[in-house]
Amino acid sequence: MSGLLVLDSVSAGYGPVPVLHGVSITVAAGSITAVVGANGAGKTTLLRTVTGQLRTTGGSIRFDGTDLAGTRVEDMVRRGIALVPEGRGVITELTVDENLRLGGLWRRDRAAAATLLVRMYELFEPLARRRRAAGHQLSGGERQMLALGRALMAGPRLLLLDEPSLGLAPRITAQILGLLRGLRDDTGLTVLLIEQNVRSALAVADDGVVLSLGSVVAARPAADLAADTDLRHTYLGF
Amino acid sequence: MDRFLFLTVDGLARGAVLAAFALSLVIIWRAARIVNFAQGAMAVATTYIAFTVTSATGSYWLGLASAVAAGLVLGTLVERTVMRFVGNTSPLNSVIAGLGLLLVLQAVLGMIFGNGYRAMEIPFSSSPISIGGISAVSPYDLFIFVCIAVIVAGLGLLFTKTPLGLRLRAAAFAPDLAQLLGVRTSRMLTLGWALSSAVGALAALLIIPTELGLNPHALDTVFVYAFTVAVVGGLDSAGGAVAGGLAVGVVLSWVSGYLGATLAPIAVLVLLLAVLLLRPAGLFAMTKERTV
Amino acid sequence: MTPSKSLPAAAGAAAALIGLTFVLEPFVSYQLATVCAYLCAIAGLTVLTGSGGQLSLGQAALMAGGAYSYALCANAMAEAGIEGPVLLLAPLAAAVLGAAAMGLVIGCAAGRLHGPYLAGFTLALVVAIPAVTSTFSEMLGGDQGLWITVEKRPDALRGTVSNEQWQSWLAILCAVAVMAVLHNLLRGRFGRQLRAVRDNSAAAALAGVNVARTKIVSFTVSAAAAGLGGGLLAYVTQSASPGAYSLVLSLYLLMAAVIGGIGSLTGAVWGALIMVFLPHSINSFTADLPVSPDLAQRLDGNLAIAVFGTVLVLVILLAPRGIQGLITAAVRRFRNSGTEPLPETTAGTAGSTGSAGPAGPVPGTASLPTKLSTTKGQP
Repeated sequence: MSGLLVLDSVSAGYGPVPVLHGVSITVAAGSITAVVGANGAGKTTLLRTVTGQLRTTGGSIRFDGTDLAGTRVEDMVRRGIALVPEGRGVITELTVDENLRLGGLWRRDRAAAATLLVRMYELFEPLARRRRAAGHQLSGGERQMLALGRALMAGPRLLLLDEPSLGLAPRITAQILGLLRGLRDDTGLTVLLIEQNVRSALAVADDGVVLSLGSVVAARPAADLAADTDLRHTYLGF
Repeated sequence: MDRFLFLTVDGLARGAVLAAFALSLVIIWRAARIVNFAQGAMAVATTYIAFTVTSATGSYWLGLASAVAAGLVLGTLVERTVMRFVGNTSPLNSVIAGLGLLLVLQAVLGMIFGNGYRAMEIPFSSSPISIGGISAVSPYDLFIFVCIAVIVAGLGLLFTKTPLGLRLRAAAFAPDLAQLLGVRTSRMLTLGWALSSAVGALAALLIIPTELGLNPHALDTVFVYAFTVAVVGGLDSAGGAVAGGLAVGVVLSWVSGYLGATLAPIAVLVLLLAVLLLRPAGLFAMTKERTV
Repeated sequence: MTPSKSLPAAAGAAAALIGLTFVLEPFVSYQLATVCAYLCAIAGLTVLTGSGGQLSLGQAALMAGGAYSYALCANAMAEAGIEGPVLLLAPLAAAVLGAAAMGLVIGCAAGRLHGPYLAGFTLALVVAIPAVTSTFSEMLGGDQGLWITVEKRPDALRGTVSNEQWQSWLAILCAVAVMAVLHNLLRGRFGRQLRAVRDNSAAAALAGVNVARTKIVSFTVSAAAAGLGGGLLAYVTQSASPGAYSLVLSLYLLMAAVIGGIGSLTGAVWGALIMVFLPHSINSFTADLPVSPDLAQRLDGNLAIAVFGTVLVLVILLAPRGIQGLITAAVRRFRNSGTEPLPETTAGTAGSTGSAGPAGPVPGTASLPTKLSTTKGQP
């Protein structure tokens, strides 16, 4: 099966400390893939290698058939990969409007960016009321919406999310994950999701990958994983 | 009363230039978290270029344009060849590198042009014109005010109203995040240095003719004053730099006028110390207090 | 080196240097005296910046404080008719105390500043010196400065020892004393506290170190060393004037400390030597160049500064630990390659000595910083 994003025995780490040991993951186009695992399993490191913030020490990462090796971080978004960072990473000194526009600023097509901006305000209604508010004035849920909206402003083919549920109320988490599912259905968006919140991640995802100590221990349809009690007990702790 | 008015206006004009110079320090500080100790020497170098061009062509305006252009180029060079590689590893290293550049630039200027003072021409008269019996403002003062107003307004528009300004601010506030959003942060950094250096070049061209004249060390004390202005206004705050510049300029003018010109550096030292100890975030800073 | 070992070492160094002056030309002896004077100030800066992480551009101002203290004390004593060794030693003590008092005051104010703020404040300080001397021109002599009555060499030595040689003796003794005192300070409790504050002031405070006091003490110690250097310079040149203690001197001192190796007192020695002999050789080189008098005048002094500045930038970019850092690395490499003994003897300890190098590196470099500061510039 050929996926939109294919990681082939990727190894990476910080300085001399290896974190990922030959990780292979295939993310099918138009699917939602959730990578789950305990704290320290290497989930964030995995995302950082995909975005190019961390160099791989082995293996390859292919996006839509082309090797991403050597692609600069700022060019990922031009390739069609957008990230929603952990901790609701909005630029707190900028306003809601500026944060959103920043997401589509790399496009040459100004009209398309403007259309998307209108669309984002429709999609995230609470943000439309706070266009001129600075990032630091927003609530946690609003920040997560803003970070997501900003990533979508890039019109990505692959959306990466780093712990979107972290510190959010379950109701808001459900809303955001539901939204991802809607986007997948409507626009064929491909999503790679990193989550500690295994239950809700597997509930929304099509495929699940369990990461433990930097290695893939299981990669199956999400429903299978959720049903595998042994696996859950051993690696996911519930 | 006449004297008070004269000193105040003179101080405002001087302060406006200090504000522009401080603004150039603020731009780099915001972009790279570096206080550029070579800023003064860089601006002197561009003023020498203006001096040379004006002497050769007879046109002040060509000199002015070439100073600004040289500022853009010099800022780019300094960032690309030196500052990029000391960057953020340690704040002390960037200060030391700046001081090294300062020495090199001053020495090279001394080797090319000599250490003597050279008088520079100004395009307008510096003697006050009489308005309603009170003579306080000179045409050159007005020229300074216009120039600084154009710089401040231009920078304000650039940073807050244009996509480029949004990129520059994003790269300054959150470089890692900005990069993920497709902002070419390294280019933004270079651009910040170029802009800052061009602003410094214009400020230097305005102030050097009103002082002793052109000399490799012409801006040593001006740099100290501008640093004080930036600290008084808050190194993060462009508005603070402008307000602080005008305030420091007026205070300096009063101290020089009423107490004696030699006391000015001491007054600046006292002011700097007071602000650093009492309001380390600066008098006009809106953001959270910095760690000094 | 422990204090019991460093004392004989210091005495040996002093004796060797004094012996050396018997074979040197008087002018070279004079240069050696200025090297020693600058060494005091550079070593003080090494303590403050290298171990304390505080970058000061005010070292020239503190040297000026020492020089003027020396001048005022010496001239007052000479007017009172005091002569003999007292006229030699009391002004030097005054120089140390005067500068230390200045350092204490500045330290109290500047102890709360760091990085570019401290550098900017101390820059303002050094730029204000001429203003201070002309404001109090009746006491400090304005731009001209003060001429100083100094105690000459003892009559017994006249004829056998030149005045320059005698001056260098005094400077050598002072510099060796400063190095020994600072070396022991850095090795002891104070040195550990200082490095702890530099690396992480919050952690140091949690560990019970009084951060503010440590910074103030380091300022005072550094100032006292600079003051002694200023006093020596005043003695050697028989004058104290604002022009001698300009911003350029501060930059030179910082440069010497950085190029020599900001992390170590040994680096201060290289720095002091370079600071005196590099400009001298460059200036004599330019004097011999077959160029027009006008160009020669423009090159004079400026070329040395340009070379110095370039070297400074290169050192910061390529070898941030300076000459001493390069020497330490070279010595370590040499020892490692020379002491690769039989595998079985090292098998048990290979892991611990492999990267750390053999015990006992060059004196004064043990546990010195690998970088100037750990404070991150980015928010």
